[in-house]
Amino acid sequence: MGMRFDRVCVTKAAREILSEITLELTEHRIGVIGNNGSGKSTFLRLFNGLETPSSGTVRFGDTTDDLRRHVGFMFQNPDNQIVYPMVEEDLAFGLKSRKLPKAEVTERIERVLHDLSLTHLRDRLTHQLSGGEKQMVALAGVLVTKPDLICFDEPTTLLDLRNKMQFMRTLATLPQPAVVVSHDLDLLAGFDRILHIADGRIHADGRPEEVIPAYRALCEM
Amino acid sequence: MTTRDITLIALFAALTAVMAIFPPVTLPLLPVPITAQSLGVMLAGGVLGAKRGGLAILLLLVLVAMGLPLLSGGRGGLSVFFGPTSGFLLGWLVAAFAIGWMTEKFWDGLSFVSATLICVTGGIVVMYAIGIPGISLVAGVPLSKAFMGSVAFIPGDIVKALISAAVMVTVKKSYPIIGQTHGAA
Amino acid sequence: MLTDLYISGDSPLHRARPAWKLVLLFLFCTLLFVVTHPVMLAIGLVTIALGYAVAGLGPRAAYTAIRPAFFVLAIIFAAQLWLETLWLAIYVTLRLFALLMAAALVTYTTRASEFTEGLLALLSRAPSWVPKAKIALAISLVWRFIPMIRAQFDEVREAQRARGLDRNMLALVVPLVVRTLKTADEVAEAITARSLD
Repeated sequence: MGMRFDRVCVTKAAREILSEITLELTEHRIGVIGNNGSGKSTFLRLFNGLETPSSGTVRFGDTTDDLRRHVGFMFQNPDNQIVYPMVEEDLAFGLKSRKLPKAEVTERIERVLHDLSLTHLRDRLTHQLSGGEKQMVALAGVLVTKPDLICFDEPTTLLDLRNKMQFMRTLATLPQPAVVVSHDLDLLAGFDRILHIADGRIHADGRPEEVIPAYRALCEM
Repeated sequence: MTTRDITLIALFAALTAVMAIFPPVTLPLLPVPITAQSLGVMLAGGVLGAKRGGLAILLLLVLVAMGLPLLSGGRGGLSVFFGPTSGFLLGWLVAAFAIGWMTEKFWDGLSFVSATLICVTGGIVVMYAIGIPGISLVAGVPLSKAFMGSVAFIPGDIVKALISAAVMVTVKKSYPIIGQTHGAA
Repeated sequence: MLTDLYISGDSPLHRARPAWKLVLLFLFCTLLFVVTHPVMLAIGLVTIALGYAVAGLGPRAAYTAIRPAFFVLAIIFAAQLWLETLWLAIYVTLRLFALLMAAALVTYTTRASEFTEGLLALLSRAPSWVPKAKIALAISLVWRFIPMIRAQFDEVREAQRARGLDRNMLALVVPLVVRTLKTADEVAEAITARSLD
């Protein structure tokens, strides 16, 4: 199981954002780096169908459709990801369209709150949470749908050091494979594979100890 | 209605609600302070267009009716729909729709001048055409007297029409919502 | 935070279904306008006084309900006095007073969440062409967005205060609207990502 990209191109307003991406992604932790405007954000949005390829195919395992059922997505700003005024209601949101029995919804919410040690936040108003708490609640909202893979778009940019550390610890314990787009090279150092995207192409692909120093050198030029 | 439309409607309903706490501005020689909330009505139409703009204001009014104090001065609840100015609340709804409709019609050549004219037509002419008979009906005073009582608010509404037009033109350049076939990003 | 105008209590009026209260309010107002007779108005005023008493709401709550409209009521009274007779001025003003008090009584005894639930229950029985899920989502989103935009407004105001522009409406509105539109794209994307349809 894993994501497979087969000659994927994305063209918007006659501009090629991504060209001819062919990849097979099976590693547990994959990092994506690249400069602003390189196309890495578009690349990540292909994973769960927020972006559709102009040509080529994106598959999870054997399926091309229903990517969203398998792939969860964490946005940079949890403020924009939390939809409901109360924590519990918000966690139920992602399950609504999955038509689960009520008992299972309650059970899943309890489980995810327990797993992330957030049970005390259950009845809180979402806008009163701290930045770090919001991030965790947003993550809980993704985990509660039991995705097979989770995408993270710049997960640490808005966090202070303490919350960043906590996020990294939580990420390390997640059983699901994760794809993380980030400018934070420390975060990606322990990953299994790093993709460097430049001008809509895979510029480099390999172990972090190879790809990251090369990227650093390129940026310092 | 896409998810993005729903989001925009809810955001502009909330934005108009928040405008209730904008600091009121006083102009020399004007007996009444200018409050920002009806600016939100103009913007809902002028930025979102007729359908979404009208629905945003409708949504706000529904929440007000449910007892939330979202109108300026912390007013809310059912009684605001029974008071003398209830015609103006209906006027908001129609004004947002009218401004949106005109903005869509004149979108391609929209300039500061045409946007101002649209806001004045929708936000003042249409609004008062509904609001003043409302006062007259509820308060039992003749139309002319109801009009006299509202004149003091017109200069403030002209200021708001100018501000709204400036925002509409800025948004058209930097972040157009009307005239898009589907969502960006 | 977003608090409604509800005043907690355990009276029959508090417990009554919101839909019934709305129907009663509607009937009450129609009667007052259709039957233009002082006796009707007197009955109406007594009914309201009884209503406030049953709901356990004191003169303080009643005063709060009428305070925002006080100025307008005074003007209407003056206008009527000038145009018509003292008798008519009293009648028209009291009738308006009665309407406002009756409407406020429903607002005081009904939680916003009860209205929301009532509305959603009504929607669940609506024909299939009514976009129920979308209406429900829109209502929840406003609840979520008001505190968020209020926080953004405070930030913008702070920034403009540093430049001496915190009483300039244009300087407050433009950044707020641009941020709102940006938020819209991101929130819509997140909602799409989190749900299957």
